[in-house]
Amino acid sequence: MLGRMEGDYDVVVVGGGPAGLAAAIGARDAGATRVLVVDREDEAGGILLQCIHAGFGLHYFKEELTGPEYAERFVARALDRDIDVVGSAYVSGAGLDSDGTRRVRVMREGHGIRTVRSRAMVLAMGCRERTRGALHIPGTRPAGVLTAGLAQRFVNVMGLLPGRRVAILGSGDIGLIMARRLTLEGCEVVGVFELMPFSNGLTRNVVQCLGDFGIPLHLSTTVVEIHGQDRVDKITVAPVGADLAPDLSRCREVACDTLLLSIGLVPENELSQGLGVELDVVTQGPRVSSTLETSLPGVFACGNVLHVHDLCDYVTEEALLAGRFAGELAGGVKRPRDNIRVVPGDNVRYCVPHTLAPGREHTIYLRSERPLRPAAIRVGDLVRRKLGFVTPAEMITFRIKPDVLDRFHGEALRIDLLGEPAGPHLAGAEP
Amino acid sequence: MSERYDVVVIGGGVVGAAIARELSRFRLRIALLERQAEVGFGTSKTNSGIIHPGHDTSSATLKGRLVVRGNALYDRLAAELHFGFRRIGQLNVALEPADLVALERLKAQGDAKGVPGLELWDPARLRREEPNLSRELRGALHAPSAGVINPYELVFALVESAARNGVELAVDCPVTALAADGDGLAAHTPRGVFRGRFVLNCAGVASDRVAALAGAATFTITPRKGEEYMLDKRLLGLVRRLVFPVPSPKTKGTLIIPTFDGTIMVGPTAEDVLDRDDVATTARGAREVFAFVRRLCPSIDPRDAITAFAGLRAVADGNDFVIGPTSVRGFVNVAGIQSPGLTAAPAIAEHVRDLLAAEGLALVAKPDFAPEVRAPARFAHLAPEVQEALAARDPRFARVVCRCELVTEAEIDDAVDHGARTLDGLKFRTRAGMGRCQGGFCTPRAMEILARRLGVPLHAVTKRGGGSWIALPMGAEQEA
Ligand SMILES: Cc1cc2nc3c(=O)[nH]c(=O)nc-3n(C[C@H](O)[C@H](O)[C@H](O)COP(=O)(O)OP(=O)(O)OC[C@H]3O[C@@H](n4cnc5c(N)ncnc54)[C@H](O)[C@@H]3O)c2cc1C
Ligand SMILES: Cc1cc2nc3c(=O)[nH]c(=O)nc-3n(C[C@H](O)[C@H](O)[C@H](O)COP(=O)(O)OP(=O)(O)OC[C@H]3O[C@@H](n4cnc5c(N)ncnc54)[C@H](O)[C@@H]3O)c2cc1C
Repeated sequence: MLGRMEGDYDVVVVGGGPAGLAAAIGARDAGATRVLVVDREDEAGGILLQCIHAGFGLHYFKEELTGPEYAERFVARALDRDIDVVGSAYVSGAGLDSDGTRRVRVMREGHGIRTVRSRAMVLAMGCRERTRGALHIPGTRPAGVLTAGLAQRFVNVMGLLPGRRVAILGSGDIGLIMARRLTLEGCEVVGVFELMPFSNGLTRNVVQCLGDFGIPLHLSTTVVEIHGQDRVDKITVAPVGADLAPDLSRCREVACDTLLLSIGLVPENELSQGLGVELDVVTQGPRVSSTLETSLPGVFACGNVLHVHDLCDYVTEEALLAGRFAGELAGGVKRPRDNIRVVPGDNVRYCVPHTLAPGREHTIYLRSERPLRPAAIRVGDLVRRKLGFVTPAEMITFRIKPDVLDRFHGEALRIDLLGEPAGPHLAGAEP
Repeated sequence: MSERYDVVVIGGGVVGAAIARELSRFRLRIALLERQAEVGFGTSKTNSGIIHPGHDTSSATLKGRLVVRGNALYDRLAAELHFGFRRIGQLNVALEPADLVALERLKAQGDAKGVPGLELWDPARLRREEPNLSRELRGALHAPSAGVINPYELVFALVESAARNGVELAVDCPVTALAADGDGLAAHTPRGVFRGRFVLNCAGVASDRVAALAGAATFTITPRKGEEYMLDKRLLGLVRRLVFPVPSPKTKGTLIIPTFDGTIMVGPTAEDVLDRDDVATTARGAREVFAFVRRLCPSIDPRDAITAFAGLRAVADGNDFVIGPTSVRGFVNVAGIQSPGLTAAPAIAEHVRDLLAAEGLALVAKPDFAPEVRAPARFAHLAPEVQEALAARDPRFARVVCRCELVTEAEIDDAVDHGARTLDGLKFRTRAGMGRCQGGFCTPRAMEILARRLGVPLHAVTKRGGGSWIALPMGAEQEA
């Protein structure tokens, strides 16, 4: 992608996925004049470029788009606003000057290496997939063990198939979507194996990607060995007990030439760590204030680098906000610091943002620790609301009206999820 | 094709590579034949990477003699070939009171063999030097000459040096038959016949099979598997030296290894196996390794493992190296090179050189022998100004291929120029794919560059040659 990158900027956005593009638009609309988006891929759009299935934009554009279409609309909006968007440009480091100026070091194909300065910076680097190393699966190390995202890239971008007979470990959304895609391409998907007693993907994906194609989902099951010299030729799977330890007396072999891993995403925060941004051990993303500002002033974060989202529309919403606050800061707007700490309580794995301020509306994103049914959310003793069925796979968004916090006088606001633990019951699932 | 050579070396592991390079100093025509897609993909890639001091092997054995000489040769070799090498020192630690006696014996054995600088440490000294080791340890023997290397880098550099000095390398070239041929032997391969006055059997775990091909089946190899576990970068700096227990007759034991790159590795196990391709790691192996190393260093946890591999030691009956001419004219074994074969390799090369001279091979030094190969470019290690200057001159230095290890397209190209033919070959030469995302990001880019450079379609790119295909063409008729 051609693009301009000249001089210094009001706001520099690292990463040109849906988060980065929306943040840039948010910043521009908040009055920043010079905004730059840098992405290491040839084209901006992030992971969306390889998600050629429909299902994006229902919330934001009120129509169903494919990933590349969604990305294209955002790139067009950014360019319309005179935002500089450059691709093939890798941010290899970031720092703060002593006067508070933020700088990034950009390695750009055809343009060498340059340092770019700005008043505010938005981190929008997305996430990467967890790999085999995170699991310690014994066995050989053949070709044919790869993440579902890499397989998605093979199929959707490079015109390659990852294999013929495919097993999938983990029921993350990318794995589910790839199960369907590979089946449509003529591959045989022999099964999806999930350690937990519930799917890690959206229910709609379990139904539409597995159920409709007769692909079995084996819950409470894991891969205990990989076989094959040069290429995978089979795997051994075993059911797990309540302690998640495999019961090897009940293991069995499954013939396949490919093992896709869809076992979770990790925010890509090496750059943030290099900067010295404080991270949340649970989300593995930065700790942020209600303006999505990290522990370093003038450095904002949004999208999957902040916490893993399941729907792109939420990424967009969050990023527009982060961009707006970054743009305002670059324009000299000063806000009082947040004075309320958000504390994840019962059944809550994490909440973002980590602090709040009275007098503004807030959107809180949270995830439950386990499936609950029926569930309710309790915010301190201020609000209590019914939610219906809740699962760790589906992010919960919750809005707090400005006046609500006016009634709160403490320092720490605890958020609980209430409800009975729910057993596995998802469509398409085999116990 | 049928060509005549003075020496045909079978096996492109560290042993065959070291010998080929040593012989390339002389006016000889030499071929180096490797079965796999690249050199160094056998046991020479899957080991602990330790340059042993040699005090733990008796000088009554060949391996015990060659190891000390090999160790001493490493400084010069590293200076010439620019692979990573650092003498970090080794500790043999005493877990039981009886071990203290064994340490004294080890020291006496080492002193007698000329192992430099051996020193017994009391628990106080040990704690001061290595505060993270178990408080239960009763003392240690320090051997300062122990070093660590990236073993695959050594093999690549040896082969490159050999090739620069005229050695002809053939990969994907398994020797399938050996037949008498005039006053030498003919090695038959799918890539033609290589006739040699001398044929050297450096085939590692397959060396007894190659000997059988020549009609010299005088020994058998029992593969002894060793599993190794790499630990998270979080543990960087946990120990500064190699930590060994007191060795047993069968193995040096399970160790804590601060590798050349700093990452801590623990292992290996030692288990005799039947299958010569069995390089699978096992749940039991992991349990054994971690149970043991936690006695040495309690803060190591199995959950810190980020990746694992296994290698096969080529153990010949008799438990020593099998080096020397055979009843078959021209056929020379350099077989059964089990641990410490990596350490001994440069000394083995000298030994084989002398042995061939004694067998009648004329060694006429080449005046133009070039001992040096240049270090591969490592962009990530350069100062920012140097990086900027490089990128300004060559745009490929501004194109990042592997984000985790910051490897640029220029380095990938360079690796292909120096013989990389597979993704693993790129990975072990440049580190592309060794980082946190384990190739999730760089695999497509690396495949594209390899395919373009080798002039093959994307689906022809492999992980490590043979049947290790990565992807299939879409829509094409799928063969079974
Ligand atoms: C493999 C994969 C497949 C997915 N499939 C789906 C799906 O089918 N449907 C769905 O709803 N959600 C999917 N998701 C979730 C999806 O990631 C989010 O909905 C959304 O794309 C997140 O947007 P983002 O901008 O935060 O991250 P991304 O889209 O990942 O964008 C981050 C961008 O930052 C760039 N970048 C990172 N570091 C640097 C750097 N140092 N220098 C320059 N650029 C950098 C990256 O190249 C990338 O373009 C998928 C996620 C992954 C990882
Ligand atoms: C777990 C483990 C840890 C170890 N740690 C250490 C250590 O720390 N320090 C140390 O000094 N030593 C160590 N060793 C030992 C050391 O790795 C070996 O001694 C050394 O690598 C042997 O080298 P090689 O060239 O003989 O064998 P290899 O590297 O196996 O080379 C033999 C080559 O021959 C090829 N070949 C086989 N058959 C044919 C054929 N028919 N035609 C053509 N080519 C053929 C193979 O493909 C292979 O590439 C360790 C070994 C193991 C297993």
